[in-house]
Amino acid sequence: MEIQSLEKVIAEHEFFSDLESYYTALLVSCASNVRFEAGKYLWREGEEANAFYLIREGRIAVEINPPQRKPIIVDTVGEGDVLGWSWLLPPYVWKFSARAVDGTRAVALDGKCLRNKCEQNHDLGYEMLKRFSQIMNRRLDATRIQLLDLYATR
Amino acid sequence: MMPGPWQVRRVSKETPDTFTLVLEPLNGGRGGFRPGQFSMLWVFGVGELPISISGDPAEEKSLTYTVRSVGPATQALISRSVGQELGVRGPFGAGWPVDQARGRDVLVVAGGIGLAPLRPVIYHVLDHRKDYGRLVIAYGARSPRDLLYRKELAQWARQKDVQVLTTVDYGGVSWRGRVGVVTSLFRFMRLQPARTTAMVCGPEIMMRLVARELTTRGLAAGDLYLSMERNMKCGVGFCGHCQWGPHFICKDGPVFPYSRIAPLLDRYEL
Repeated sequence: MEIQSLEKVIAEHEFFSDLESYYTALLVSCASNVRFEAGKYLWREGEEANAFYLIREGRIAVEINPPQRKPIIVDTVGEGDVLGWSWLLPPYVWKFSARAVDGTRAVALDGKCLRNKCEQNHDLGYEMLKRFSQIMNRRLDATRIQLLDLYATR
Repeated sequence: MMPGPWQVRRVSKETPDTFTLVLEPLNGGRGGFRPGQFSMLWVFGVGELPISISGDPAEEKSLTYTVRSVGPATQALISRSVGQELGVRGPFGAGWPVDQARGRDVLVVAGGIGLAPLRPVIYHVLDHRKDYGRLVIAYGARSPRDLLYRKELAQWARQKDVQVLTTVDYGGVSWRGRVGVVTSLFRFMRLQPARTTAMVCGPEIMMRLVARELTTRGLAAGDLYLSMERNMKCGVGFCGHCQWGPHFICKDGPVFPYSRIAPLLDRYEL
């Protein structure tokens, strides 16, 4: 029952909305429903990266922890977003910390499980890379704009 | 062309470096302006500055300005106390297309202090609610403490058919809102491009990126308006200080349809 509903949730999530059902079925065996209470860390910088999340509800803050300063939120992700791509690329380590700002519901996809499936089925791997490349591109653009510090006093 | 004497009636702090001043005319002057227009404010002995009017256009007895301190003249302006006088010329310029937008959804996209020239549009739409469709306000600031009009943003968000989305470029751990660039808000908007008029104000590069993103999402360039800024002096197109390509921003603008200025926005060093 849970597997059926997970498949539907994955298929309807924006990130996988146009993915063929054959691939969705492959993803389901690596997926699980998860909940995070507000304030809970999903992971901290430097930990092993072994999952990514399809956010269904709530908000997650991506934080950096500068020395001798309080942590800074550099991005937030919410409903319809995807969180985490370090699971996809060696050395599979999180570069930032992630904390639930609100109570958050998500589908977690196990990174090791998915990497194995992508190695076995390169078409699936290509579908994953296409989607994550878009996310990376969007976030790289956003980071460059943030670096401009547009609203600072000139 | 001579400034009229106006008196500071109220000063309120918006952020650590941004203040709102409410001015009333002396010698029988009157308020009245179109959303998007600006005045030349003269701090006697310091200098004259072009400042957008940020108050309610329905208010005829006063003019409201939100000023960020970025140098000696703006610092002198925000340091005025209640009862002190300023010289005011104007209002000048072409405003936001609030008449053309009647019957349509209105999308307001603001960055930083750019919310100030757009606040009169918001007041106008809310004052004439039946004349407009949905009102969507997308606002980005540098950090949570740089967000202008926070109480009003919360009030506007509670109104029917009004959607308020805010984001900041970075936040402290106590910030519970969104972090990201202003264009990241667009996916939450439920935009109907064919029936939407967008009005955008902020740093020029932000407006360029917003315009590109909105046209990619189907908004016609003619339904998209930007408020430009250059070094304005006379306010009536005589002195040429604010010439931008074939346009004088003080007279032909500051608000322009994107379809008219898009080529200029991409030109280097203009």
